[in-house]
Amino acid sequence: MQIRTRNLYLIPYLTWILLFVVAPILLIVYYSFFNVDGQFTLGNYQKFFTPVYLKMTLSSFWYALLITIISLLIAYPTAYWLTKTKHKQLWLLLIILPSWINLLLKAYAFLGIFGTYGPTNKLLESLGIGTQQILFTDFSFLFVSVYIFIPFMILPIYNALEEMNHSLLDAANDLGASQWTTFRRVIFPLTLDGVKSGCQAVFIPALSLFMITRLVAGNRVITLGTAIEQHFLVTQDWGMGATIAVFLIIAMAFIMMLTRKRK
Amino acid sequence: MADQTIIRFENVTKQYDQDPAVLNDVSFSIERGRFYTLLGPSGCGKTTILRLIAGFTEPTKGNIYFHEKVMNDVPANKRQVNTVFQDYALFPHLNVFENVAFGLRIKGCKNDEIKRKVLEALRFVNLVGYENREIKEMSGGQRQRVAIARAIVNEPEVILLDEPLSALDLKLRTEMQYELRELQRRLGITFVFVTHDQEEALAMSDEIFVLNEGNIEQSGTPTDIYDEPINRFVADFIGESNIVPGVMKEDYLVQCAGKNFDCVDGGFNRNEQVEIVIRPEDLEITLPDQGKLRMKVDSQLFRGVHYEICGYDQDGNEWLVHSTKKANVGEEIGLYFDPEAIHVMRLGETEEEFDKRLEAYSEATHAD
Ligand SMILES: Nc1ncnc2c1ncn2[C@@H]1O[C@H](COP(=O)(O)OP(=O)(O)OP(=O)(O)O)[C@@H](O)[C@H]1O
Ligand SMILES: [Mg+2]
Repeated sequence: MQIRTRNLYLIPYLTWILLFVVAPILLIVYYSFFNVDGQFTLGNYQKFFTPVYLKMTLSSFWYALLITIISLLIAYPTAYWLTKTKHKQLWLLLIILPSWINLLLKAYAFLGIFGTYGPTNKLLESLGIGTQQILFTDFSFLFVSVYIFIPFMILPIYNALEEMNHSLLDAANDLGASQWTTFRRVIFPLTLDGVKSGCQAVFIPALSLFMITRLVAGNRVITLGTAIEQHFLVTQDWGMGATIAVFLIIAMAFIMMLTRKRK
Repeated sequence: MADQTIIRFENVTKQYDQDPAVLNDVSFSIERGRFYTLLGPSGCGKTTILRLIAGFTEPTKGNIYFHEKVMNDVPANKRQVNTVFQDYALFPHLNVFENVAFGLRIKGCKNDEIKRKVLEALRFVNLVGYENREIKEMSGGQRQRVAIARAIVNEPEVILLDEPLSALDLKLRTEMQYELRELQRRLGITFVFVTHDQEEALAMSDEIFVLNEGNIEQSGTPTDIYDEPINRFVADFIGESNIVPGVMKEDYLVQCAGKNFDCVDGGFNRNEQVEIVIRPEDLEITLPDQGKLRMKVDSQLFRGVHYEICGYDQDGNEWLVHSTKKANVGEEIGLYFDPEAIHVMRLGETEEEFDKRLEAYSEATHAD
């Protein structure tokens, strides 16, 4: 009786999952077996293993990795500092706030900021360095990506740090550990789950970035996400697009497993 | 004996920001191989003293000496002191073995030495066979013993224990009191133990410091403190007591409740206003006309080991009696006590003055 009512509550959720998660994945897998002319083929998968696509995959992973590492390097000290400040809630809000703004809007803002006549170049000029090409470079791509993803890295790390019992730090100190040893042997291992969640929340979406690659990186950076978009919207080769998506999904599942929390 | 002193506080004051001082001009010394207890109500500064000894915080004024060297700003990781924290503060990501090994690994000991010492420490606290357990698989009492093992394995000169037993149930707590005391004797390491439980303090310590609002009210052996509290606070805090105003007629004679009683205290002025203390278990129930005092029983509680009887004498003073004999509510009873049961307290006397007076009049007695 009880179990049955509980199952009733699950219906909306299961319907949602079926319609918007399971069905699309099945559709993607289905499409990946058809070529442009609508004939059944395994050619898409063959094509994926050609150098063009493998290189694209590799570069996708490479950029996602760079974005994750840079985010982590900035986010960890920031989160640590956040736990020590007085007005935690205010700072936290300021960090979260930008993630409420539409992605596209932020990307366009950076077009202005980094543009040839934008404030960054004005500053560089007044410093005597002269106008630089900032937009459409690796730098601008990484910068904007990190800017967008960093709240998702800071939050789980901050939470992990906050959850940590602070007398553990005294205990480590009491047992002879210096600040660095305390960090290495106590703080970092205890916040590892937070770091993993953060990496997950950054790496996976970074793999399939596509808007920023075009707007900010000027298509100089081609990721799997960009490739999927191109296939579906430009070349209309849905089969190939779907095939790439299948590999993207596999990669994501793999990363989820890799960064799974130990319990 | 001076070379036995390990830690000495010299007029230490601790103040946070603009708040009133948490510790007020505190001085004491800690000797090798003894069991010390800091006893006092919540917020009186017990943890603060431990944190000052451990080096987690620095004194605002005054000096802390280790072996007569000023240690005020030596950081915690450079001090020969280990702490057993109130919440144990065991590392949740390490198992029992690694928790105990933590300090040795930092010191860079060799693996086989670590193994030997850790197993020895675990044997000391009766936890052999638990090496590979995770902390969350241990019970409260076991965790506490891991925390102790983690401290003793480093062979510190002093171990600080911050209310380590407060989270345990009564039975386990009594058991651990024995174990701790026994452990301290076997190791010969100095223990500084914090508690707000007076029975625990009396049962375990060589020496007790009674703290109140950042001051040491009295220090001494459990019997000293129990039998000769220097003021109302100590008398009240250490066990239950009857505190009644009185007048010191002359040495060894005190008047209270309208009667004169022989006592064993001296060194007072003639007709000085004092307070007298009689412990409830020192009062004996007699027939109404055979006691030194008469009182009317007002209430009675059965406490297991004894009856707790409460009543009033003719002057309206309240008396608390612990007796194995039963009384009847509303009945008149007599109370008998020995001269030794009376302890006379001078109003507003400090510990120093108390010791001086004690010395002066016992010398006078010997001279007789
Ligand atoms: N970091 C701090 N900042 C400001 N005040 C503090 C700080 N630490 C302690 N205090 C104050 O110092 C006083 C003594 O604290 P302490 O922790 O030494 O008490 P305690 O005797 O250990 O009490 P308890 O039995 O409740 O543990 C308290 O009034 C407390 O509010
Ligand atoms: Mg405390």
